[in-house]
Amino acid sequence: MSESIRVENLSKRYELGALRNQETQLRDQLARMFTAPFRAKRPKDILWALKDVSFSIAEGEIVGIIGGNGAGKSTLLKILSKITYPTSGNVRTRGRVASLLEVGTGFHEELSGRENIFLNGSILGMKRKEVAAKMDAIVNFSGVERFLDTPIKRYSSGMRLRLGFAVAAHLDPDVLIVDEVLAVGDAGFQKKCLTAMEGLRSGGRTVLFVSHHMSAVQNLCTRGIWIDRGNMRMDGPTKNVIEAYMSTFAEASKGASDIAGIESRRGSGEARYTKVDILDENREQKNFIQPGDPVVIRMHFTASKAIAYPSFGFKLLTEAGALVTDTSIWHHGIPIESVGPGAAYIDVCFDALNLVPGRYYLTLGLSGAGSRLHDLIEHAVTFDVEAGSVYGSGPQIDQRYGPVFFPQHWDLKGLQGAGSGG
Amino acid sequence: MSVRSEYLADLWHHRELLYFLAWRDVKIRYKQAVLGMSWAILQPLLTMIIFSVLFGRFAQIPSSGLPYPLFSYSALLLWMYFSVTLGLAGNSLIGNANLITKVYFPRVLMPAASALAGILDLAVGSTFLMGMMVYYGTGIGWGLLLAPIFVLHLFVLALGISMLFAAMNVKYRDIKYVIPFLTQIWMFLTPIIYPISFVPERYQWLLALNPVTGIVEGFRAAVFGVQPIPWDLLGISWGITLLLVVIGAVYFTATERQFADVV
Repeated sequence: MSESIRVENLSKRYELGALRNQETQLRDQLARMFTAPFRAKRPKDILWALKDVSFSIAEGEIVGIIGGNGAGKSTLLKILSKITYPTSGNVRTRGRVASLLEVGTGFHEELSGRENIFLNGSILGMKRKEVAAKMDAIVNFSGVERFLDTPIKRYSSGMRLRLGFAVAAHLDPDVLIVDEVLAVGDAGFQKKCLTAMEGLRSGGRTVLFVSHHMSAVQNLCTRGIWIDRGNMRMDGPTKNVIEAYMSTFAEASKGASDIAGIESRRGSGEARYTKVDILDENREQKNFIQPGDPVVIRMHFTASKAIAYPSFGFKLLTEAGALVTDTSIWHHGIPIESVGPGAAYIDVCFDALNLVPGRYYLTLGLSGAGSRLHDLIEHAVTFDVEAGSVYGSGPQIDQRYGPVFFPQHWDLKGLQGAGSGG
Repeated sequence: MSVRSEYLADLWHHRELLYFLAWRDVKIRYKQAVLGMSWAILQPLLTMIIFSVLFGRFAQIPSSGLPYPLFSYSALLLWMYFSVTLGLAGNSLIGNANLITKVYFPRVLMPAASALAGILDLAVGSTFLMGMMVYYGTGIGWGLLLAPIFVLHLFVLALGISMLFAAMNVKYRDIKYVIPFLTQIWMFLTPIIYPISFVPERYQWLLALNPVTGIVEGFRAAVFGVQPIPWDLLGISWGITLLLVVIGAVYFTATERQFADVV
């Protein structure tokens, strides 16, 4: 099979100082020019977003790129899409490349749905004739026929998303580069996206796909590339790469996880999680969780200043990366006017943690007024639910049958009418 | 293929996008304006009325033998295209940061689309100019056919300067404040409310170094036919225009690879 993408010794360097104060003032530059001879040279804060990454992708391959936050995945996609340029190294791509780093790039509020289809299609590299020829198909796919001549500022976010994806689905590229598009939208929409990408695969197109959804990567991709802090960590069959990646998230913690030392976080840092305890109903350390046990998750944090309207929360994920639940103070509508400065903790109490046996991850989030993010730690805590009785009888249940279970009973009274009673 | 011819081939490949971006600019500009496209006439018209009263009537500034309203409106039409384009095109990259960081296309399309979109306003405003010419009975001569050449000249000049400003603006946000200030001063250094002959002869060469001078004087000479076309002014103007285009293009292409990282 012929080669579709070839990446050779790709490196990208950012100077952090330059990133932090993006808006350089001409005055500062001039001032620096004059004071330069009198200042000691300070070493620049340098970040290698990518370092010496090489791989090649054959035509028709669907490759998933995985890695934590700030691993360099997005930088790689941006270089492959020619949005930004590498500090060193080469990229060669063959055929028409379309990159979808966002759904509906270039949509304008004041323009109608139809006008935006033309604009967005053109921005993504389609010819005018091509858009016109595919107009009916795009409109059908989007399901917004009735609002086609309405300015999209009157669209719901769901409609916008569908319209954007409808255009993207008709791009018909040789190489498609997709970034986390599936992170937005409802389940139905995500399914539609996955089906469309499946179609590309059967059409022999090359797809490069970045996502935090391990289950999506697992389902779609035949090959995985794991990037870790700018370096290529692993390249191989999707299943192996995902397993290796997920296994790095600490060994399953027994009772307490010290997370103060985790560096791969996002957010302002004005408040940070420091420790998570897993406790029982008496607030004693719990080393052994069985399906349906009462559990208290105690999240310790320190705040360097007062945080107004904080929202503590977490995402609970399965081993395969599927979301079980996303919950927080905000979801519960609990008003907390302010916390901190200082150290404190908050308890999340489950009367019964109805998880089937298996491994789970917690991604912790802490935000403040106006959804300002203070701390976000992906896969901060790992814990196991031990094998045990789920329904009180029957075979071993595990995550194959779904991560959660609902206490239930089956009423057999109705069977008697069929004459099967004993 | 050399790098340069690849660059040009890429531009050619994206020619339809230039049209769409310009079309978007035009659509958006008047989308919610009650008066719509008539703004393209109203702005130079109202300015012309004030100038005619202040400078034409009260200050008795000469107007090359033309009725002062016609004299100033024709120049204002060009000037407004020029200054509006510098403002829009100069801010086009930072104003479309969401596009620049999400999708590839030749970046120069952004200022070029802004410069192209303004041509429509200029065309609409020109219809009114023709009406004025009929009203004042200056007659419509063959010189009018030269008008598109002056517009093209102005477009090239505006694009050259905008390339420089737009690219600098990405890194130095001062440019945002420099542009309106610059165009304000620049207008008075251009023979718009006065003819170049109004300036003492020994200083006229200074005014000629302003590339807009040749365009405005040349446009009036060609369209109204009362004066010979000032070829010397035009020659200087083309020279400086091309120089500015080269400077703009060199700076733009040298920095455009960093746009997405900095903007």
